Amino acid sequence: MEGGVAYEQGLNLKATELTLGLPGTGETEGQGGVRNNNKRPMPTSETNEEESQALAQIVGWPPIRSYRKNSLQENGMYVKVSMDGAPYLRKIDLKVYRGYPELLKALEAMFKFAAGVYSEREGYKGSEYVPTYEDKDGDWMLVGDVPWDMFMSSCKRLRIMKGSEARGLGCGV
Amino acid sequence: MDLTPKQSIPAAESTRFPDEVLERVLTLLKSPKDRNAVSLVCKDWYTADSWSRRHVFIGNCYSVSPEIVARRFPRIRSVTLKGKPRFSDFNLVPDNWGADVHSWLLVFASGSPFLEELRLKRMRVTDGSLEFLALNFPNFRALSLLSCDGFSTSGLATVATHCKNLIELDIQENGIEDLSGEWLSCFPDNFSTLEVLNFSNLITDVNTEVLERLVSRCRSLKVLKLNRSSSLDCLHRLLTSAPQLTELGVGSFSQELTPQQHAELKHAFGFCKNLTVLSGFWDATALNLSAVYPACSGLSFLNLSYTALQSQELASLLPHCPCLRRLWVLDSVGDRGLEAVGANCPSLEEIRVFPTDPFDEDMLHTVTESGIVAVSQGCPKLHYILYFCRQMTNAAVATVVRNCPDFTHFRLCIMNPGQPDHTTNQPMDEAFGAVVKTCKKLKRLSISGLLTDLTFKYIGEYAKNLEALSVAFAGSSDLGMQYVMEGCSKLKKLEIRDCPFGNAALLSGLERYESMRSLWMSACNVTVDGCKALARQMPRLNVEVMKEEGSDDCKADKVYVYRTVAGPRRDAPPSVLTFSSL
Repeated sequence: MEGGVAYEQGLNLKATELTLGLPGTGETEGQGGVRNNNKRPMPTSETNEEESQALAQIVGWPPIRSYRKNSLQENGMYVKVSMDGAPYLRKIDLKVYRGYPELLKALEAMFKFAAGVYSEREGYKGSEYVPTYEDKDGDWMLVGDVPWDMFMSSCKRLRIMKGSEARGLGCGV
Repeated sequence: MDLTPKQSIPAAESTRFPDEVLERVLTLLKSPKDRNAVSLVCKDWYTADSWSRRHVFIGNCYSVSPEIVARRFPRIRSVTLKGKPRFSDFNLVPDNWGADVHSWLLVFASGSPFLEELRLKRMRVTDGSLEFLALNFPNFRALSLLSCDGFSTSGLATVATHCKNLIELDIQENGIEDLSGEWLSCFPDNFSTLEVLNFSNLITDVNTEVLERLVSRCRSLKVLKLNRSSSLDCLHRLLTSAPQLTELGVGSFSQELTPQQHAELKHAFGFCKNLTVLSGFWDATALNLSAVYPACSGLSFLNLSYTALQSQELASLLPHCPCLRRLWVLDSVGDRGLEAVGANCPSLEEIRVFPTDPFDEDMLHTVTESGIVAVSQGCPKLHYILYFCRQMTNAAVATVVRNCPDFTHFRLCIMNPGQPDHTTNQPMDEAFGAVVKTCKKLKRLSISGLLTDLTFKYIGEYAKNLEALSVAFAGSSDLGMQYVMEGCSKLKKLEIRDCPFGNAALLSGLERYESMRSLWMSACNVTVDGCKALARQMPRLNVEVMKEEGSDDCKADKVYVYRTVAGPRRDAPPSVLTFSSL
């Protein structure tokens, strides 16, 4: 951890406004940062979210051409959306939305429900409907927990949960 | 010497070549470097070169003006122009920055209307420019646009309509406004000269009947790269009518095929004995992939960098490609996939591994240091590597270059900025030290990970043939950049972002910048005053500063320095400040 801090100062991170914690220093031994924390549908720990948000927010990094980034995202952009109790599924193109607010508005309009107010700590409050999604590993996550870019590339399908099942998910421990 | 015909010295006269002979001899010299050297011998040779030069390569469109080029090379037929700094590929350069090709076209139209070939990279090209090109150059035959922006499919339509002698249309990775596939239907019904058609960049559908008729008319077609929406049925028909193809982009390759259709497609691939390059495969399934096996025996370049292939799928494919020299893949193939590369590709010279999910923290979908070591063990001829990964060790890199000492291009991107060796927690200095000490032929280097000034000390001391260096989130002080500026005498391009290099570092390169193409520094510690000081002392450099909204007046957020004989450019947008010695 010490070594990490010293190098942080040498890199003058404040000037470039990064808030990275170096993976592989401090938190996890050896492994280079395999963290499964962000796979549970609970709010992630502060550091992990900072790191992943920081990485997604550094302009132009990693150095991959926009053309390539857009092409790869073409792969999973159409996702199925189901709502508990609704007779059939819908399909939406995630590429069309620029962020979570727009996506949620579209879902609410499509299925005629209100999602409640989202907060990192308590998930969606004030509604019996909770928007969730299945990610690449088959885990069910709360919509809004990870940065938008990461959500776009990992979301496989959406499910709007309702009722008691929804209450067990992302509404505080 | 002041000679008139009466006073001519027979001996000197008899050793002079007639101009026509000299020009004929010079025509045999193709490389721009050789031509440049020739033009410096004496005035006669300069003149002969000027009249006989057919192709000119301009690595930075602002290093010279179109008027100067047209005046010096009045009979130019082929021009290659590069515009924006490379970091514009990663959204670091504002949209309206410049590099518009139009002023070039205007000058050439009046001076050298016999222009036949135009190859542009990172230039702004409007539909108006494409139309102007199509209408004003009657002999025009080859257009290549790579990473350009500003045009739409309407512009392509005018090219297809008016360029009667077109042999090459190569549209790659551009920010193109894709309105419709109608442009393809604009080729006249009797048009048959096409040899290269690459429209893989485009999303909208083209008319498959029009495409098939075009391909069957163009008997000299060698390169055909389909776009993502092209179906396998269409591909099958195209292969049957054009078995002479040497390069093929197969489209998305995702359709569900019946066993019958699969067999027929595989059969069609069997006719293509001349294929050396395969690409596309955006949504290829493992089953479909096996259809290409019959065409792979002579394959030298396989681009799978848009397919999220798994290790087993790659391992099944590679044994069919014994002659492979270049391979591009996604990191979805994992270390196991790279082991298969090492085991099956003894002739491999180049490998590029791109990330499937750049922002995904999950380690399962990636490659590690083991993968790159496995490739180096099986592929001793490797000389080009581009490797995106999430972890690396100094020892692994040292092993790689020990196995493959002939690297000319070594580009390693450890995606988390400032990440140390994950087994020792040390900086990655020794990794790049090993690279520059072992690889004497190294021309291009991209570094990443946690790096101190020691990395740069190694680079300055050992990388004597280095021409291009790319640096991000590295170094501890101005010394880092100074080591490089002092030691790398052949450096042509230097790009730096997010490093603690300030004015002292910038000014340490004073002696170097005129022999370089360009320097880029962004998010470093350079100030506007430092840039002004540089500009004052070096009149033949353009020193440009791009200011970001809300930044301090004294900070030079992005700095772009390049040599030029054309003076400060006049088309810079308001956000770009140009400093000169004037």
